[in-house]
Amino acid sequence: MSRLPELLEQLEARVTERGGVVHWAADANEANAIVTDLVKQTGSERVIKVKSMATQEIALNEALEAAGIQPIETDLAELIVQLGEDKPSHILVPAIHRNRSEIREIFLKAMPGVDPALTDDPPVLAAAARKYLRETFLSTKVAISGANFGIAETGTLAVVESEGNGRMCLTLPETLITVMGIEKIVPAWQDLEVFLQLLPRASTGERMNPYTTMWTGVTPGDGPQNFHLVLLDNGRSAVLADETGRQALHCIRCSACLNVCPVYERTGGHAYGSVYPGPIGAVLSPQLTGVEDNASLPFASSLCGACFDACPVKIDIPAILVHLRNQAPHSRAERAAMRAAAYTMARPRLYARAQRAAKLARIAGRRGRGLPLGWTDARDLPEIPQQTFRDWWASR
Amino acid sequence: MSSRELILGRVRAALRDGPAPGPAPRDYRRSFPSADLDVLVDRLVDYKATVRRITEDAVAAVAAEIAGGTIVVPEGLPSDWRPSDVLVDEGDPGLAPDRIAGAAAVLTAAAVAVAETGTIVLDASPDQGRRIITLLPDVHIVVLRPGQVVASVPEAVARLDPARPLTWISGPSATSDIELNRVEGVHGPRNLHILLLES
Ligand code: SF4
Repeated sequence: MSRLPELLEQLEARVTERGGVVHWAADANEANAIVTDLVKQTGSERVIKVKSMATQEIALNEALEAAGIQPIETDLAELIVQLGEDKPSHILVPAIHRNRSEIREIFLKAMPGVDPALTDDPPVLAAAARKYLRETFLSTKVAISGANFGIAETGTLAVVESEGNGRMCLTLPETLITVMGIEKIVPAWQDLEVFLQLLPRASTGERMNPYTTMWTGVTPGDGPQNFHLVLLDNGRSAVLADETGRQALHCIRCSACLNVCPVYERTGGHAYGSVYPGPIGAVLSPQLTGVEDNASLPFASSLCGACFDACPVKIDIPAILVHLRNQAPHSRAERAAMRAAAYTMARPRLYARAQRAAKLARIAGRRGRGLPLGWTDARDLPEIPQQTFRDWWASR
Repeated sequence: MSSRELILGRVRAALRDGPAPGPAPRDYRRSFPSADLDVLVDRLVDYKATVRRITEDAVAAVAAEIAGGTIVVPEGLPSDWRPSDVLVDEGDPGLAPDRIAGAAAVLTAAAVAVAETGTIVLDASPDQGRRIITLLPDVHIVVLRPGQVVASVPEAVARLDPARPLTWISGPSATSDIELNRVEGVHGPRNLHILLLES
């Protein structure tokens, strides 16, 4: 990371030498404008996409749609999410909140040319997606991808995947546009040996993921003959400026931290209200978009440290959370409430009365009423117990 | 100011405190005893690939038997490996996608195989062909020479040329997107056959 400027320039030079075109996007709007223009230049009215968190982060699909271009997600889960007009909830299995019969319903409703006799057997559902997407892969001239790694030394980009839709998107179209966050850069070809061993193991527990594709610029006669690389900042340089927070940029999006997180386990991905869910989302989203916009996220953790233990690149997520909490704005009402709470808690009799008052408030009000708007959209409010501990103690 | 200068400027400013480059520990296992072919076979089978250990002169016959139909082959495939019923992908632009997709199988060589992870790497050399030919048929038959097998990922990385388009294959494609059930073969060849040559 400390050599980032020189590595970025090196990557740009290598990709350009090999026939690719490099674009720089300072923020989401600029990235969307670049990609939309590139697609328009090809004259294509639709694009195939392989799952990429960076393009989700910048809301590229919405931008393309606004320009009259249809983006088609080719990752099975993303396809389920897109056809169901839904939002993903997990980095690795974005449709984990849908069951098989819901998926069948979605396919029957939204997949053109689907067999009406479709069953809800997972292999049958996967075969339906294979057939539908095969046509799309062969007839679409432009693909948009992300990249898991970009190697400065050689200009090589890598996409690590399971389903083979990545291979399709990276091989079949005439034009390939890759949007890569500037933090995805690794210095040398040899570094790949580390990441290729870390990512699959931390991510899915496999020795190796089914497919990894690597390409360097354009290969004459093989694969896309036009290649564009969009280097995306969109807040990353600001994260880099923060001594504690910058380590979050090492994230390889393996999702190991999500899988061990007790908060994620309970709330699910949507509750984070951001593209990057789970523990890493709680540190990355507020940093990328500013703490003000995601002020509650750094608090969505019990600081148990399970994520730190699980992380293959040793990002100290709890430390960044604490750091971000200190930056989060506290409203005047909140500070007043906290002072009042401190005062009350320091005075036992007053505290007992306050607890009874809270109980009364519960009986009087509907669940969650009076809480800031939006809080209960994706979360349940816990019930306040019938009896306070003190009341119970006194009644024994 | 261009966005390029803007971003590079921001990154330089962000690094003003001059953080030292982190150490790059390379104390993980990097050299291995010679590759164990049995380990490779074991891992490949575990990934639902079919492995046959045959002699080189049997390649054409065994491939024809597996495919049971027309086989796409790259231009540079050794001629004595070629079965009789083949479609050769040659010249530019080469075979049209629907002809490739319509074939019963594709037969290629490989660049490297990694025993520890059960991985086959293709590098689009003349005996492996354009990437598209190994993507569309439902059956992929790969001929592997024992000398191409290395024990570990680092050794494979060292042998490969990053300037070539690389495809790392570890078993057929898979998804766990539907209720976390593993379904094999979403896109790409759903059947992977390895013909491991006797040394
Ligand atoms: S923070 Fe660590 S564990 Fe979480 S997704 Fe990123 S690399 Fe994986």
